[in-house]
Amino acid sequence: MMTMTRREALLKMAVAIGATAAGPRLLAAAFQPGPPGGFTPADLALLDEIGDTIIPPTHVPGAKAAGIGAFMAMMINDCYEADDQAVFKAGLAKLPAAYAAKYHEPFLTGQPANRTAFLNELDQEQRTHGSRIRKERREAGLPENGGGPHYFRLMKELTLLGYFTSEIGSTQALRYLEVPGSFNGDAPYVKGESDNADPIA
Amino acid sequence: MVSPNSSHYDAIVVGSGISGGWAAKELTEKGLKVLLLERGRNIEHIKDYTNALRAPWDVPHRGRDTVADKAAHPVQRRDYILNESNRDWWADEKDSPYVEKKAFDWFRGYHVGGRSLMWGRQSYRHSDIDFEANAREGVAVDWPIRYADLAPWYDHVERFAGISGSIENLPQLPDGQFLPPMELNVVEKAVAARIKTAFNDTRRLIIGRTANLTLPIQERVNCQYRNKCWLGCPFGAYFSTQSSTLPAAVKTGNLTLRPFSIATRLLYDKDTKRARGVEVLDAETNQTYEFTAKIVFVCASAFNSTWLLMNSATEIWPDGLGSSSGELGHNAMDHHFRVGASGAVEGYLDRTTFGRRPTGFYIPRFRNIGADKRNYLRGFGYQGGADRSGWSREIAELGIGADLKQALSEPGPWSIGMTGFGEILPYHDNRISLDRSAKDKWGLPVLAMDCEIKENEIKMRADMMDDAAEMLEAAGVKKVRKNDDGYNFGRGIHEMGTARMGRDPKTSVLNGHNQVWDAPNVFVTDGACMTSGAAVNPSLTYMALTARAASFAVDELKRGNL
Repeated sequence: MMTMTRREALLKMAVAIGATAAGPRLLAAAFQPGPPGGFTPADLALLDEIGDTIIPPTHVPGAKAAGIGAFMAMMINDCYEADDQAVFKAGLAKLPAAYAAKYHEPFLTGQPANRTAFLNELDQEQRTHGSRIRKERREAGLPENGGGPHYFRLMKELTLLGYFTSEIGSTQALRYLEVPGSFNGDAPYVKGESDNADPIA
Repeated sequence: MVSPNSSHYDAIVVGSGISGGWAAKELTEKGLKVLLLERGRNIEHIKDYTNALRAPWDVPHRGRDTVADKAAHPVQRRDYILNESNRDWWADEKDSPYVEKKAFDWFRGYHVGGRSLMWGRQSYRHSDIDFEANAREGVAVDWPIRYADLAPWYDHVERFAGISGSIENLPQLPDGQFLPPMELNVVEKAVAARIKTAFNDTRRLIIGRTANLTLPIQERVNCQYRNKCWLGCPFGAYFSTQSSTLPAAVKTGNLTLRPFSIATRLLYDKDTKRARGVEVLDAETNQTYEFTAKIVFVCASAFNSTWLLMNSATEIWPDGLGSSSGELGHNAMDHHFRVGASGAVEGYLDRTTFGRRPTGFYIPRFRNIGADKRNYLRGFGYQGGADRSGWSREIAELGIGADLKQALSEPGPWSIGMTGFGEILPYHDNRISLDRSAKDKWGLPVLAMDCEIKENEIKMRADMMDDAAEMLEAAGVKKVRKNDDGYNFGRGIHEMGTARMGRDPKTSVLNGHNQVWDAPNVFVTDGACMTSGAAVNPSLTYMALTARAASFAVDELKRGNL
C-alpha cells in the first residue's frame, strides 16, 4: 500500500474543508480595535520602537512590521495581573525619560546605536533583577519571592513571543509549513538556515 | 439511520468516546439497531475542526491564557486544558461541577467523540505481568481475564484503529498488529543505543506506539506530520470516534446518534433482574425520555459510568445498580506523572528534524520486572522526546538586536527530556460518591472525589526521577536536571476503576465479560471496569474490552440468555 503524497492529501483536505478555512482570519480582521485600553497611540509607537530595537529589521522585517506595539499592549491588558501591568506601565513611562537624560535625544527618533546600547544595559539589569530583588527583600526581612518582574523582561519576552509567532516571524525569520507531509528525524542542517516554526502548542 | 424519536432499540450505548464509539461500531456491524447517546453537542468530522488550520498568528494570545479565562476556570487553568485553541472541547466546570474532598483534576470531553478527539493517542497492551499482579501480590482482587483472553481483541482493534509502532519482543509490553513505526530522530537513536548498552538491554528506548496512521486505511489519510492532532485532524489520520468508529457504525444503517442526551438512570426491572432501558434528560429542552433496549453498554467515561450506576438507585439497590458488593465507586485509579529528568545534548548541530512527529519516544517499564525488586510494587514507563531548542531559549551571551534575532531564527542546541507514567494501586478507600447536596446545571447530583496517591506511589516517584536522570547521564547527556512538578489525582486524565471487573459478585461490580453482576444485560466497558491500572496508557485496552464484550453480548442475545 502506498502512502498518500502530500499533494494528494492536500487536495483531499481542500475538498473536505471547502471554504471554511478562510473563516478565522476574516473574523480576526473584522475586530481591528483602537489602542488596547489604558494605552495611548504614543505608547504604542514607543512600544513599536522598543520592539524594533530588540528585534530590528535586517534582511527580514523586524518587530515593528509585525505590529509588536499593539501586541504587547493587548497581552499586558489581557494576560497579566494588575501588579505586573503596573510594573510594565511604570517602566514604559520611565524608559524614554531615562534615555533622554542619557543621550539627549528622544527614544522614538534616537540613534539606532544609542537605542541598542541603552536597551542592552536594561537587558543586563533585568537579568540580574531577580537575584538583586531577592537580596533586597531578604535584607528587609521580607519573603524572598514576590518581588515582581523587571519591566524590560516583560517587554523582551513579549517582543520575542509576538514576533516569532507573527506571520512575518513564522514565515520569514522562521520556516512555517502547515502540512509538512513527511517526517525526517535526521535531516541535514547548515548553519544559518532558518528553524522550523511550531504551531501554537 | 433510524428515527431518533423511536423508543425501542436492540441496544443502547451511553457515551460516544473511545469505548462508546467501539460499542456502537461492533454492535451495529453485528446487525443490532443501536441508539448512541451523547450528553453533549455534535462535532462533525473535519467540518467542525474549526481551528485545525488556524495559523499561529491567528491565535489572538498565541497560546497564553488570559486573566479573565483563568479566573473563570479554576480547575481547567491547572493544566493545558485551558487554552485558546480547543478549550471548547473540554467540559465547562461551571455547568458540570464536582466536589474535591481531596485535590482532583477532572478534565472531560462532553461532546460527540468525547476525549477521543483530544487524546494523546499512545496505545499499549497490558501484559500478563499486569493481569496477574493483583493475584500475585494479594492486592485488591484478581482480574477475571488474562492476556490470552484479550490478545485477539487487541489484534482486532489495532487493525481497525491503526496503531503505528515497532516490534520489540518484550514480555512486559506485548507487540501488536502495527502499522510501520514512526522514526526516532538522530539524537533519540543515539541515546537509545547508549541506554541499551549501559543497561544491558534491560531498559529500552523505543518510538511511541501511537494511533496515528503511517499508511492510509479505510477513508483515512496517513499522518501529514502537522502535530496539531488535538485540534481535530482534517486528514482523519489519528483514531477518533469521528474518524473511525462512527463512520463504520453509520455505514451499517443501524445507528441512531442522539446528542444532547444525558443518561440519568438505568431503568431496572426487579422481576427480570435486567435493565429495561435508559432514562434520558434532553440537555437542551430539559425534557425526559425513556428509551428501552435488550442490552445497554455504559461507556460514559469511567467516573460518569459509575455516576450513572449510582444514580440508578432503587429500593432493591439503594446505593445504585451494581452496588451489591460494596465496591461501586471504590478503587479509583489514574496514572501519576510529571516526574522525570531532562538535559542538554552536545553536538549534532549539522542535523535537524523535518516535519512535526505526533509522538515521542517510550521507555517501557523495567522496575519489578524479572529479577529487579524494589521497595514498592509495580512500575512506570517514560514518555519523552529530543529536539533542537527554539526561539524561546535563553541566550546568555546575547542581549538584544540583530545578532539575537539571527540566533533565535536558527535552531538551538539539542535537548532531551522524559516524564514517567506510574501505576497507582487500586485502593479501596480511593473513592468517588454522589453528593446530592451539590447540583449541576441540569439539577443532577454531582460526584465527590476522595482520592490520593499513597506510600507506594510516593516511593515510586523517587525512582521515576532518579532512573530518568541515571539513564540520561549514562547516555552522555549534560546538565541533567531532575524534576517533580507535582501531581493531583486525575491529572493523568486516565481515570480508571470504581466499577471493577472480578471473579466474585461479592467483591466486584462486573464479571469477566463486563456484565454488571446485578443486571447482566448491562455492560460497562470503559475505564470504570479496570481491576488494576498497569503503567501504560489505557485507551487501547478499553477498545479491546469493549469489542470483546460486544461480541459476547450478541452471542448471548442469540443464545437467548439476555
